[in-house]
Amino acid sequence: MIEFRDVTKTFPDGTVAVAGLDLAIPPRQVTVFVGSSGSGKTTILRMINRMVDPTSGRVLIDGVDIGSREPVALRRSIGYVMQNSGLLPHRTVLDNIATVPVLRGEKKRDARARARELMTVVGLDGSLADRYPAQLSGGQQQRVGVARGLAVDPNILLMDEPFGAVDPLVRAELQTELKRLQSELDKTVVFVTHDIDEAFLLGDQVVLFKPGGLVGQVGTPAELLENPADDFVAGFIEAGRPRSILR
Amino acid sequence: MTWLAGNWPQLVDYGLAHVLLSIPPIIVGFLLSLPFGWLANRYRVSRGVLLTLGGILYAIPSLPLFVLLPSLIGTKILDPLNVEVALTIYAFALMLRTTADGLASVGGDVKLSATAVGYGAFRRFVGVELPLAGPVLLAGIRVVSVSTVSLVTIGSVIGVNSLGFFFLDGYQRSFFTEVWVGIGGTLLIALVFDALLVLAGRALMPWTRTRRGALTAAYGRAQSRWAVLR
Repeated sequence: MIEFRDVTKTFPDGTVAVAGLDLAIPPRQVTVFVGSSGSGKTTILRMINRMVDPTSGRVLIDGVDIGSREPVALRRSIGYVMQNSGLLPHRTVLDNIATVPVLRGEKKRDARARARELMTVVGLDGSLADRYPAQLSGGQQQRVGVARGLAVDPNILLMDEPFGAVDPLVRAELQTELKRLQSELDKTVVFVTHDIDEAFLLGDQVVLFKPGGLVGQVGTPAELLENPADDFVAGFIEAGRPRSILR
Repeated sequence: MTWLAGNWPQLVDYGLAHVLLSIPPIIVGFLLSLPFGWLANRYRVSRGVLLTLGGILYAIPSLPLFVLLPSLIGTKILDPLNVEVALTIYAFALMLRTTADGLASVGGDVKLSATAVGYGAFRRFVGVELPLAGPVLLAGIRVVSVSTVSLVTIGSVIGVNSLGFFFLDGYQRSFFTEVWVGIGGTLLIALVFDALLVLAGRALMPWTRTRRGALTAAYGRAQSRWAVLR
């Protein structure tokens, strides 16, 4: 369980990214943060692994205030997948997946063996193990990113617009894959996107943000669709829908 | 030719001395440039100050520096250390800007991602930023290497012998074969150093080759597709 208690973030230039956020993220489910750019969703995500510290308020994981935890160690215990995969260009696929276990002091050989297993888990052919990221397609890179995020078998997996930069076909494939993975792995996934379709497809719980880090509505996809809290929520969902109706 | 045959042992001796005098300044200058290059990128003020300082250091003429150093660092006038320290200063001054630029060229996305998965600051510098700055650093070291190999020869003026001895001696005796042998030998050393650096770069940075390989392959495919379309 991840909890935000009255969390506010003001950047040095005075921009208020998040204002008085109270939010509970249930364990072993996919919670999707959706909103347009500037809604603070990525900032909120980054508060979970202390990439960003709140100006005031507290973030708790399983009841423990993470403000008291050493950031680097905290980050190594939480999976992180980002847009454009964020892979290290100078490391092979296998070593990229093994990054975090090696940082935690595991033997390279053990970490690589586990990385090889993870390649299968995320549907990557073993022959790609010794390639460098630049030699992979966008979809393959993203799978490597997911494998890296899972490498230490974390309870929490943070995904920051992970499928934002791949083409629609590959994106659909990766979304299906993520659903399959989640049904097997049962992680607490926090997923950021600006695509309402993606949010409804993947989310057990959807948090729709308004500009300035305000929560528009929290609920299951069905709840948001049937009972939008206000015009903003209804408008945001509507703006994303027409294309879906055509399908 | 007869001169060359007769003086072969001395040529080898001085050539070897030349090589040994060249290596430490290149390595130490490079290593010194790392923390200062990092510092130069850290704050805007430090960048201006350090890069200007580097420029000034490089502008000091070498001969006066060789002569001046004994009184500054307490060495004897004929001590090869004078040459080594002076050349290290030049190597550092030359390398500093390249190192700063190389480190600055590492993408923000990669650094952010490294931090997100749990790299601490120092480990990220050594394990991510430094290797990714590698191609730029290598280009810088190659320049430093050539420059150092050529500057070593000036040491001969103050009695620290290298292949530079042959220019001096040949010039004083108006014996130009000797001058040319000195120049040729110096060039040869510079070329060998450069080749070794390129090879080391290939061995240490395999990803740069494959990326270029991948790009060239993609280009080749595109070309052949064009050929088919035509």
